[in-house]
Amino acid sequence: MTEKPQARVENIDRDRGHYLLHQMLRIRRLEERCADLYAQTKIRGFLHLYIGEEAVAVGVIDALRDDDAVLGTYREHGHALMKGMSAESIMAEMYGNVEGCSMGRGGSMHLFSKEHRFFGGHAIVGAGLPPTVGLALADKMLGRDRVTVGFFGDGSVAEGEFHESMNLAALWQVPALFCCENNLYAMGTALDRHQSQPDLHLKAASYGIPSIQVDGMDVLAVSHAARRAVAAIRDGSGPQFIEFLTYRFRAHSMFDPELYRDKAEVEKWKERDPIKNLTTYLRERDLLTEQEYDELDQSARQEVERAVEFAEKGSLEPVEDLLRFVYSEPEEDR
Amino acid sequence: MREIAFRDALNEALAEEMERDPDVFLMGEEVAEYNGAYKVSKGLLDQFGPRRVIDTPIVELGFAGLGVGAALAGLKPVIEMMTFNFAILALDQVVNHAAKARYMSNGQLSCPIVIRGAGGAGGSLAAQHSQSLEAHYAHVPGLKVMMPATPKDAKGMLKTAIRDPDPVIFIESEVLYGYKGEVPEEEYLIPMGKGEIKREGGDCTVITWSRMVHTVMDAAEELKNSDGVDVEVLDLRTLRPLDKDLIRESVKKTNRVVVVEEAWPWASVGASVADFVARDLFDWLDAPVGRVNQRDVPMPYAFNLEPLSLPSVERVAEAVKKACYL
Repeated sequence: MTEKPQARVENIDRDRGHYLLHQMLRIRRLEERCADLYAQTKIRGFLHLYIGEEAVAVGVIDALRDDDAVLGTYREHGHALMKGMSAESIMAEMYGNVEGCSMGRGGSMHLFSKEHRFFGGHAIVGAGLPPTVGLALADKMLGRDRVTVGFFGDGSVAEGEFHESMNLAALWQVPALFCCENNLYAMGTALDRHQSQPDLHLKAASYGIPSIQVDGMDVLAVSHAARRAVAAIRDGSGPQFIEFLTYRFRAHSMFDPELYRDKAEVEKWKERDPIKNLTTYLRERDLLTEQEYDELDQSARQEVERAVEFAEKGSLEPVEDLLRFVYSEPEEDR
Repeated sequence: MREIAFRDALNEALAEEMERDPDVFLMGEEVAEYNGAYKVSKGLLDQFGPRRVIDTPIVELGFAGLGVGAALAGLKPVIEMMTFNFAILALDQVVNHAAKARYMSNGQLSCPIVIRGAGGAGGSLAAQHSQSLEAHYAHVPGLKVMMPATPKDAKGMLKTAIRDPDPVIFIESEVLYGYKGEVPEEEYLIPMGKGEIKREGGDCTVITWSRMVHTVMDAAEELKNSDGVDVEVLDLRTLRPLDKDLIRESVKKTNRVVVVEEAWPWASVGASVADFVARDLFDWLDAPVGRVNQRDVPMPYAFNLEPLSLPSVERVAEAVKKACYL
C-alpha cells in the first residue's frame, strides 16, 4: 500500500521545465511582495506564506483539469494562483477590495472562485477535508469524472476531521486526492511532538487508501506522483493520498518569532529550495540559460507589480452591502 | 381530513421532495437499512435506492461536512442527526462552513443543506439525550432554524426547508414523532419565517414553538375554564428568521406576552424574543414579558424530577396569570 519516497522520474523538455519554473516563481514573487505589503499594513489580519512549499501546489494542480476542484487551507495563495485565479484578484482580496476574488469578504485566508472551482481558503485546521470528500461524493453520485483535491498540513492529521474524512472517502471510494503538505510543524509544534506515527501517509494507508510519500521540494517528483494519482482516481479507483515532505522557509504567520526551530535547520532546507532545485536541474541539462531564467523571473515580478497596481487602484465594498449575502434573500426580505 | 403521525408526515415530505428533485438525497446514521432510528426514513431506501439514501458510520462531523461539500457542488443533501445532542460534534462544519459559505464568497457559493433530527427531552433519557439546543443555531447568521409542532406543519415546513437555498436546521421534538394530526392529501408548503396563531384570544399572547405549543394549548384551555382568560397561542414555527410582523400584530391586540420554550432560560431563543418584544413593542405592553423555561439544570433522569424541570401546564398558567395581574 505504501511506497518509499519517489525518485525524480519525469524526463522533461525545455518548455515544460520553463513552465513549472515560471509557476513557482509566480507564487514566490507574489508572496514576497505580500510580506512587504503586510509590513506597510496594506495587507492586514493573518498572513501565512507558502514560500518554500511552491513545488507542491504547482506539481499537483498542474495535473488537474479546469473542472476539477481544489480546496486549500489558510496558506492557499499559491494554490489559488495555480488554479487559474488572477494575481490581481488575489492581491485585491488581500487589500480587502471589492475587486478581490471574494470581494474583500475573505482576505488572505478565504480566497474563493466558483468559476475556477476553487472552494476556499479554509482557516480551521482540518476542516476543508469533509467538504473535499463531499464535493467528490457529489461527482461520484452524478457520474462526473472530476477529481477533487484537498490540501492540508501535517497539523490536520491530529484532527478528528482528518480521520473521519479518510474513513468515509475510503469507505465510499470517492474521487478525491488528499495532499498532505507535511512541513514538519503544526504551527510551532514539531512533527514528533504532535504525531504518534510521524510517517503520515501510513495513517491514510491504514484506512485502505493508496498512499505514498513524495519529496515535496522537487516539483518533478510532485508532478509525477500527482499525475499518476489523478489518472488512477479518474479511472474510478477511489481516493489517493500523497504526503509531501516540504518546508516553509518563513514563519508560520507574520506574528511568529520562530523560537521552536533552529536557524541552521531552516538554512539546510533552503539548500533544497524547489526553485533553485529545478533551476539547477535545467541548467545542468542545458535546458535553461541565465537569460531565460531572468526573463521568467521578470515576467513573474511584472505580473505581481500589475497585481499591486490593480489593488492600489481598487475600491472597498460599499458599506450598504454589509448585510448582503448572509442569506439568499435580500436583507430587506428577512 | 386524514390523520397521520408526525414521523409519517416528515416521511412524506422527504419522499415527495426526493421524487420531485433528483438532487435531493438523505444521509445519516441508520437512515437506510434500519429505516431510521425514529422511523422517519422508513421505506425510503426501497423507494430511492442506496445512492440517495445513505447509511453513514457514527461520524456526525464527517457526514455533516460531506453534506456541506455536496451542497457546494450543487446537490441538496438532507442530513439526519439521530439527535441534536450528537449534532454538537458537527458544529464546526455547520457554523464555520455551511453558515458562512455564501457570505464569505460574496454570493458565489450556496450551501442548500438541511440538517434535521430529534431534539428536546424524550422522557427519562437523562442529561446528554434531553437537550433543546436551538439557540446554538439561531445565534448564527447564515443559518435558518425551523421547529414544527404539528404533523401538518412538519410536512409543509420540511418541504420548504429542502427547497430553500440556504442551510436550514430543522429540529423535531422527540416526543412528537408519534403525535397524530390532520395532514392534507394534496401538496402544500408552509413558508419559511412565518408563524401561525394556533389559538386566538384577546387577553395574553403566548409565544412558543415545537413541543411546547401543546403544553401551552392545554394551559390556554385550562385558563379559559378556570379564570376566563383568553390566551392567544402564537407558534413561531421558524425561529430564524423571526416572524416579527405576526408578533407585532398579536401583541398590539393582547398587550401581554409570555414566552414559553423547552430550552434553558439563559441566552436562549426565548430571551431574544422577549428582548424583541420589550424593545419593539414597549408602548404596547401592559405588563413585563413573562418567560417559562426548562429549569436551569442538566436534565435529571429521576422520574419525579424530569417533569419538574420541564415547563408544565401549571407553570405556563401561572406565568399567564402573572402577566394578566391575576
